Amino acid sequence: MLVYVIRRSMQSMVVLFVMSLLVFVGVYAIGNPIDILINPQADQMDRERAIAALGLDQPLWQQYFVFVKGALTGDLVRSVVHATSALDLILERMPATMELAIAAMLIAVVFGLPLGLWAGLKPDGIAGRSIMAGSILGFSLPTFWVGLMLIMVFSVMLGWLPSNGRGPTTLLFGLIPVSFLSWEGLRHLVMPATNLALFKLALLIRLTRAGTRESLLQNYVKFARAKGLRNSRIIGVHVLRNIMIPIVTVIGLEFGSVIAFATVTESVFAWPGMGKLLIDSINLLDRPVIVSYLLVIVTIFILINLAVDVLYSALDPRVRLTDARG
Amino acid sequence: MSTIVPAAVEGATPYAMQSPWRRIVSDFLANPLAVFGLALLALIVAAALLAPVISPQNPYDLAQLDVTHGKLPPGAKAPGGGTFWLGTDDQGRDMLSAIFYGLRISLMVGAVSTILALCIGLAAGVTAAYFGGRIETLVMRIVEIQLSFPAILIALILIAVLGQGTGKVIAALVTIQWAYYARTVRSAALVEKRKEYMEAARCLALSPARIVFRHLLPNCLPPMIVVATVQLAAAIALEATLSFLGLGLPITEPSLGLLIANGYQYLLSGKYWISFFPGVALLLTIVSINLVADQLRDVLNPRLQR
Repeated sequence: MLVYVIRRSMQSMVVLFVMSLLVFVGVYAIGNPIDILINPQADQMDRERAIAALGLDQPLWQQYFVFVKGALTGDLVRSVVHATSALDLILERMPATMELAIAAMLIAVVFGLPLGLWAGLKPDGIAGRSIMAGSILGFSLPTFWVGLMLIMVFSVMLGWLPSNGRGPTTLLFGLIPVSFLSWEGLRHLVMPATNLALFKLALLIRLTRAGTRESLLQNYVKFARAKGLRNSRIIGVHVLRNIMIPIVTVIGLEFGSVIAFATVTESVFAWPGMGKLLIDSINLLDRPVIVSYLLVIVTIFILINLAVDVLYSALDPRVRLTDARG
Repeated sequence: MSTIVPAAVEGATPYAMQSPWRRIVSDFLANPLAVFGLALLALIVAAALLAPVISPQNPYDLAQLDVTHGKLPPGAKAPGGGTFWLGTDDQGRDMLSAIFYGLRISLMVGAVSTILALCIGLAAGVTAAYFGGRIETLVMRIVEIQLSFPAILIALILIAVLGQGTGKVIAALVTIQWAYYARTVRSAALVEKRKEYMEAARCLALSPARIVFRHLLPNCLPPMIVVATVQLAAAIALEATLSFLGLGLPITEPSLGLLIANGYQYLLSGKYWISFFPGVALLLTIVSINLVADQLRDVLNPRLQR
């Protein structure tokens, strides 16, 4: 197990290295780094000082090391608009995005698993068919438009929920500002989280349904039935446990995509997270923030992939054994 | 398998004797939901193509617009005796006409990027499968890394690096989508490569170009058609999302996403129709394409063929 974790971590380091190289090439070689990283309003002297500070007068491979060192120490570049370290700006916004993403994932799991299970157990019933039709709609509905319609119904027409912002935040463990601890914050959270969850909800329903239908045909389920076990025990223990492995993997992998898709939801609901910051930065041409966001999100992705792989191997010994041998 | 024609259906061509195209068509038509999707899609494409003819007004001819008719609700009477069936936007533009023109732009961007990505992905995937070795490793590594990141993220990165504009949005969509085609066509080509007709072609010492274009590619097409349909819907949705965020098409080419974004600011004052109806048009487009794709997947899947 330890060998596997070490091997897998080293692979992740390699991917991280390749990705940092790609971002570097994208920013420095394709675009003009002076335009991207230095305030366009700076005068000639400022420009030259910045060029020297960023090492742009050195050969390309040395520039890469300056770039990596800057990225690691968190002082890569300063935001043009906010005049603070771009990385600090992103880290400050991260809790909001994480809260939204986790809430969305929770909603998707809490509703997706039972609905998918129901549709898998009774695929020909009216409920089963409706659930599947709903999941097709969930795939087809453009996220941002659903967000607008939620605002229209629940904020404008019914006036139940606030349409934008995070509401008041409370410090969790005295460190992380979160919304879900207060009633007002929770009211702000419900709509954006539901909006972000819809796509993943549809995905989870389909996955659970397919897994359930497949495992119902397996011999161990037939045997459990022959043994005269209660239906609830067969489903709760024998079916559910076996479909959990692929579902846990997908939940993990999709978490990264939820964070990425949060950019859209955050823009619709004016949720002050990293994604909103990215869109604002693109519109204001605040390129240092864009570059830092890129590096942060790539790191998050690689960490998630690593965590999922390790978790997967803990759940399913077959994966670990094949990989250690190969 | 013997085909016995029952007396009752005498005159009908036996299933196995039909040409592949006729079989595909008749299989496709067997599902009423898919036929409904196809009909809806045909209607939408026709509306987009005929936009200048069927629109009540030209929404981008400033002479025809009157701001005093701005933000009228659906069904309001137009000055010339007509009716604004879907209301008007802030400029006094008839929403129905704006949607027809918007559909045109959305479908055009989606179709162009899908065709370009299909060509690039096809070339890369077939090259990888046919030649193998280092080329294959390189191409598939790039595909793997790219597919591990969500499309929206790659799109945002590309737009941030490239800048905005119609050409750049298409470039971003193509960059995202080629990988799906490359992966699909490679796995299809790897299967086809081992079949006997390919061996025969090689024994005849045909040129690699002829083998690839006349023998290998046509047999890899069915799965590609399915992927292309799904990706067309994805491309249209992604372009709408980018345009909604203000990162997609310029204001001079208002696609459906831009129309929805334009109505966003009036939503809070209860003027829902400026955002609502373009969204419905977008939704109908995506659903109809997905319905067609779902049925194509079943019809073109050799494992399900009777």
